[in-house]
Amino acid sequence: MTATRYRSRLHQAAPERRLETHPLTWWLHDDGRRVDLDDYVAKDGYGVVRQVLGREAPDDVTETLKAANIRGRGGGGFSAGVKWSLTLKGEGMPRGYLVCNADEMEPGTFKDRLLLEQVPHLLLEGMILGGYANASCYGYIFLRGEYVAAARALDQAIEEARAAGWLGRDIAGSGYDFDIALHTGAGRYICGEETALINSLEGQRANPRAKPPFPGQSGAWGKPTVVNNVETLCNVPAALRFGADWYQGLSGERSGDGGTKLYGVSGRVRRPGLWELPMGTPAGELLDRAGGLRDGRALKAWLPGGGSTGFLLQEHLDLALDFDTLGEAGSRLGTGLLTLVAEDQSLVALVRNLEEFFARESCGWCTPCRDGLPWAAELLRSLERGEGQPGDIERLEALAADQGPGKTFCAHAPGAAMPLASAIHYFRDEFERGIAGASEEVG
Amino acid sequence: MREPVREHLQSLASDGDGFVLDPDDRRAIEQERHHYEQPQAACIEALKIVQRRHGWVPDGAIVAIAETLGIGPAAVEGVATFYSLIFRQPVGRHVILVCDSSACFLTGYDTLRQALARELGLDLGETSADGRFTLLPVCCLGACDGAPALMIDDDTYGPVAPEDLAELLEAYP
Amino acid sequence: MATIEVDGRRYTVDERDNLLQACLTLGLDLPYFCWHPAMGSVGACRQCAVTQYRDADDTQGALVMACMTPAADGTRISIADDQARAFRANVIEWLMIHHPHDCPVCEEGGHCHLQDMTVMTGHHRRRYRFAKRTHRNQYLGPFIGHEMNRCITCYRCVRFYRDYTGGDDLGAFGAGDNIYFGRHREGTLASPFAGNLTEVCPTGVFTDRTHAERYTRKWDLQFAPSICHQCAVGCNTSPGERYGEIRRIENRYHGEVNRFFLCDRGRFGHGYVNRDDRPRRPEWRERAGKARVLEVDEALERGGEALSRARRVIGIGSPRASLESNHQLCELVGEANFSTGIAEREQACLARMQRLNRDAGLPTPTLRDIEAHDAVLVLGEDLIESAARLGLAVRQAVLGRREALAAERDIPAWNAEAVMTLAQDARHPMFIAYPTATELDALAEQCLHRAPDDIARLGFAVAHAIDPAAPAVEGLDEATKALAERIAEALLAAQRPLVISGGSLESPALLEAAGNVARALAGWERRGGLTLVRREANSTGVALLGGRPLEWALDALGGGEADAVVVLENDLYQRLPGERVARALAAAGTVIALDHQRTATWEAARLGLPAASFAESDGTLVSLEGRAQRFYAVYEPRYLRPETRLHPSWRWLQALQASRERRAVPDVTLDALTRACARRHPALAGIVEASPGAETRVCGLKLARQPPRYSGRTALRADLDVSEPPPPPDPDTPFTFSMEGYAGFDRPHREVPFAWAPGWNSPQAWNKFTDEVGGHLRGGDPGARLLAPAAGLGGHVDAIPPSFTPEAGEWRLVVLPRLFGGEETSSRAAAIQARSPIPALRLAPADARRLDAAAGDRLVVETALARITLALHFDATLPDGLAGVPAGLAPGLMTGDAARVTLAPRDEGGAP
Ligand SMILES: Cc1cc2nc3c(=O)[nH]c(=O)nc-3n(C[C@H](O)[C@H](O)[C@H](O)COP(=O)(O)O)c2cc1C
Ligand code: SF4
Ligand code: FES
Repeated sequence: MTATRYRSRLHQAAPERRLETHPLTWWLHDDGRRVDLDDYVAKDGYGVVRQVLGREAPDDVTETLKAANIRGRGGGGFSAGVKWSLTLKGEGMPRGYLVCNADEMEPGTFKDRLLLEQVPHLLLEGMILGGYANASCYGYIFLRGEYVAAARALDQAIEEARAAGWLGRDIAGSGYDFDIALHTGAGRYICGEETALINSLEGQRANPRAKPPFPGQSGAWGKPTVVNNVETLCNVPAALRFGADWYQGLSGERSGDGGTKLYGVSGRVRRPGLWELPMGTPAGELLDRAGGLRDGRALKAWLPGGGSTGFLLQEHLDLALDFDTLGEAGSRLGTGLLTLVAEDQSLVALVRNLEEFFARESCGWCTPCRDGLPWAAELLRSLERGEGQPGDIERLEALAADQGPGKTFCAHAPGAAMPLASAIHYFRDEFERGIAGASEEVG
Repeated sequence: MREPVREHLQSLASDGDGFVLDPDDRRAIEQERHHYEQPQAACIEALKIVQRRHGWVPDGAIVAIAETLGIGPAAVEGVATFYSLIFRQPVGRHVILVCDSSACFLTGYDTLRQALARELGLDLGETSADGRFTLLPVCCLGACDGAPALMIDDDTYGPVAPEDLAELLEAYP
Repeated sequence: MATIEVDGRRYTVDERDNLLQACLTLGLDLPYFCWHPAMGSVGACRQCAVTQYRDADDTQGALVMACMTPAADGTRISIADDQARAFRANVIEWLMIHHPHDCPVCEEGGHCHLQDMTVMTGHHRRRYRFAKRTHRNQYLGPFIGHEMNRCITCYRCVRFYRDYTGGDDLGAFGAGDNIYFGRHREGTLASPFAGNLTEVCPTGVFTDRTHAERYTRKWDLQFAPSICHQCAVGCNTSPGERYGEIRRIENRYHGEVNRFFLCDRGRFGHGYVNRDDRPRRPEWRERAGKARVLEVDEALERGGEALSRARRVIGIGSPRASLESNHQLCELVGEANFSTGIAEREQACLARMQRLNRDAGLPTPTLRDIEAHDAVLVLGEDLIESAARLGLAVRQAVLGRREALAAERDIPAWNAEAVMTLAQDARHPMFIAYPTATELDALAEQCLHRAPDDIARLGFAVAHAIDPAAPAVEGLDEATKALAERIAEALLAAQRPLVISGGSLESPALLEAAGNVARALAGWERRGGLTLVRREANSTGVALLGGRPLEWALDALGGGEADAVVVLENDLYQRLPGERVARALAAAGTVIALDHQRTATWEAARLGLPAASFAESDGTLVSLEGRAQRFYAVYEPRYLRPETRLHPSWRWLQALQASRERRAVPDVTLDALTRACARRHPALAGIVEASPGAETRVCGLKLARQPPRYSGRTALRADLDVSEPPPPPDPDTPFTFSMEGYAGFDRPHREVPFAWAPGWNSPQAWNKFTDEVGGHLRGGDPGARLLAPAAGLGGHVDAIPPSFTPEAGEWRLVVLPRLFGGEETSSRAAAIQARSPIPALRLAPADARRLDAAAGDRLVVETALARITLALHFDATLPDGLAGVPAGLAPGLMTGDAARVTLAPRDEGGAP
């Protein structure tokens, strides 16, 4: 056998995708080739830049976006329009930066890679529009170092766009100057946290920064800075082209969040991959599209949007995959890429794996995360080996509780706490079997 | 710190590894500075530039980069040791990054790692005696639909079955 | 002001504070680590968690970090709430996961903030049962020990080192739970403020190496409030003694002077007190003979007799001795026969500075006040070398721009990282003119490296640009003219411009130039300041006391006008060329020296009287800000070494006078002497306010020099005598040499021997003594200010020197102050010697090339008075024609003197 080079793929072929319903992936070639400038412009790419720059006031652009309510696809779900409206700009304010968060390292997340590798111009167009709305003077794409193909695609796209006048001085005769630099990272999941990302961009250790002040007040080099996820920014051109109502309509009855979402499925499923579907599509539908679990196994649990979301069960499969619904169910939409766990897979082992990840990736700034997570990982390792001691599960619960929002400096540790707390909540007996002597007793 | 730092830098320049920053690398680093408001921002790229040439970042390079950017060596070292893809120890000619995150974990990471260990005689964090491979874990490679995945140098593979390994590794002499 | 509610009680607090500051100011105990009163909050440790309630109806509340939450009006919080308490206990538990159980052998034990906080939160049992992580330690130089395993990752060290002092050779390395604080490679920490790490670090990672070999717990040290004797800044210190040795020096909080930090010369320069070769008993030396040890009575008798026989006795005082000792010497010999012991040129500068402080119209700011200035002009001082702690304050002044900018965006000053992020490189303007590069240059908007006369010309030009009535400078080059105008513009744009100059370059013209700038600014009614740097601990005081310069005294002796001399704590060989001193001393029939060091002068004296050092005596010094401050004896040397005969010089001099007049030694207390000194010298009238007086009692008690758990007292002298004598009495101060006495914090008192409050053993206990954290001592900050501008401005001075032009084959010397090795007494301390850079001759590279010399070559520098061989150091900033030599090597080398520089013959050795 020959190992395959990995390539991002969308499980929806061209005929299934239309601009009006698939604003992110309509552009893609079925063979996964990069959509180059000619391909892009042929489909009226950069048309929105021409439509908006110099013609609509930046604040109006922001208003449209606010109405469209594109919720942050980096996992937080914060409205991009609201974020942009809170960014300091105007009289007496230095022009700042627009930063695209392309650090995608959330366990189980592989959506931005597709957009970056295959439609980089869509991102550039979104960034130009974002830069315009926020009076930014410069854009950075913060790309994780391992995305080598994406770096190549972006480099080429930036070159092409610059040569064609979509970047640089006086874009499309609008008087607006904007350029973009690609910044590639050097590892560390925490770089995806927006303020840590800014520190990393500045060539510092990627410790997060205190909020407030938010990046929009004082971000990169103290200038107002907007940080948005790749997918968020890729939603911008269509939302501005067709307007807020159209955007809201995309998700229709399914969700109030609006738009489409690049959903994905991984784990031991038959057909792992990506689909662009209306926001609020139920998880069950995705599982079906992925062909269900391999070998006819039953579903034990699933993570709705990466390692930092809470576990859900079979019974939650018909929940709409959107921010509010999953929040109410005690989890989070996160990145919206499902990780499925089959009935015969150990949850203790999986949680151990997740906590090892979060412990390893802690930046080391605040105590609960830096010293609490490794402890949790140790406890989980001993439970996994069947060497747990009475009290260990309670200790884990307490550790998870102490990593809650507000207790740690950034959202990394709360992200670590979610799968841990939810796993113990739903599968306590499995953890109890890890206490030394427990199996005999139960036995 | 006038006196001591100068002395210190002189002693570094003269002692030990005698690292000399390649002129091309120095130019490239200086070029990088222009992308940012502050020279410190070029620090990570500078480390990567050095690493591209040497495979890793030797001690002397820390001082050389600090000088080139006009910042302190401790700041450069602080950055170099923070990021997982900057290597402050020699690595093999090829670096294998095995994704150990959840999707891969659920789809055969352990078996794959064991197969790698068998094939190469390496555990995570180790370099083969012949200096050919270094095996390291990496955060979710964003290839979960191709899990289990790994990267060798700049190439991402997935899904990788244990029986694929031998042939796969052959491409990296 | 804001009203907040803490655990159901309402308090009024400063709304500019965060909740942690507010709570600590209120005296409430709330544990913390990463916050520091001088460095603000970063919210890293999560130790200061409290429960905050949204409103009056909220019973649930949510945890917030007190240090990151503004003390806004109406805030309701609880410290005692269960969830907050439990969380804080857990934070400590996490911090202690990897912390070794080495308190019994750890040098931080007993004054450890981590210990205090651990006890405060109640954590006592480790539930973590897995392996600990360990680190390797680094060699960080002669001052600082390193034990990384004790680290709790609060980031205070790097924040202090990098952000507060600007040091760049200490960093945080690694990530996750494997973070390492150290140098990128082993070696001496370069910052002259590194010593503060021993107090900034809340645990035992960074400890005082000078203390390590003869280590004693804080509770077993005896302390007294002292004043640093190592430069003129007047930092307050708490030296700690055990077994008759000073074991370490800690910062003593002073709300207007040093606040939380000292420089390393002051902290580690005390080794001279402990030197084995210190004279501890009177010595008598026949001409060229070996010294004979005398008993006190015989010594006084011989001394008294020699003095009574003498025709005329000269007294040579000292700027490193107390006012009382100088005054007593002046009384002994009479004003007409008293010399300050300061060389002519320096004394002329001191006099000029004193005059400028009076008539240049600008007040001298305190160090704290310096930090509030928003434009700085430094003329002719390398502050880090000549007055390091002052330099650190100037750094904060320049960086003060950050907080000003942050305020415009509603970022509170305590939000430390956010303030730095917003402000980036923004600084208040600073301009430095000095012959060579100084460490503060990096913060300056512009620097000028020129000869002293050219620096003076720049100053005059600035004054003229501000006030056309000030004389104009002729023939100024365009660049300097433009610089002068820019400086004038910046100073005028500031709310509080600060002019700094001083005596380092011994240039009267330079001082006058600074005076003109000050006058020009004062004419604009700006709240400016004028800081004039003096060299030694009591230079300012002795100048106020008055007396003739040293040369006069030597001439009087050499010329036979006087035949006896009493030299007070002064090594004349350090001040004037040796031959000249030797000739004068040889000509004097009687030389009586009082000193606590075995100096060349001591060796040349007929009678040597062993003086007590600052550690064993009391007295008053006047700092460069004109603050008279009392230092108090830390210990009574005879208690543990009964054979010693150390006495404060003023007491020796009283006795000598009595013996000369053949009367009994009077029983004069120090307070009485201070009063007499104040009466005799009107300029010093204020010094009586410098000390609350020996009669001071708190709760009817004297103040204890020893902490409450001082142990082993009955065994201390067991090798001498098993019966324990009573502690020595101390009629001169309000302190006891024992643990009996008041040692608390709640009754305000301004002379605090050591900082301790129940539950607070570390230096963080100072927060218990201040009116607000980082504020002033509740009992008042020690000292009395003596210098203030008089009404009206003196006229502008127009003694503008011509520009310096190098002459072929000749160099002008500039003597450059050195923090380590450039000061007489501290350079006798082993630790300082180990830390001093190898002295080098600085020449401009072009000049050096003319000599055909390479870096490191040995060169001879020769003037009419002195000769020295030094290694060559290329100094690209030094102007052509100047030769920079380090201070403290050869007293004959003086700034401005013409020198010849030649390559040393092969066999010539190094610096003396
Ligand atoms: C530990 C951590 C890692 C994160 N990683 C990413 C990431 O890789 N990509 C991303 O877009 N957002 C990531 N985020 C979210 C960002 O902080 C931020 O919310 C996001 O980039 C904002 O963009 P959006 O509003 O468009 O989603 C991460 C957050 C945390 C706390
Ligand atoms: S929670 Fe704390 S230690 Fe963890 S990544 Fe965030 S700031 Fe760093
Ligand atoms: S003191 Fe508040 S978080 Fe450290």
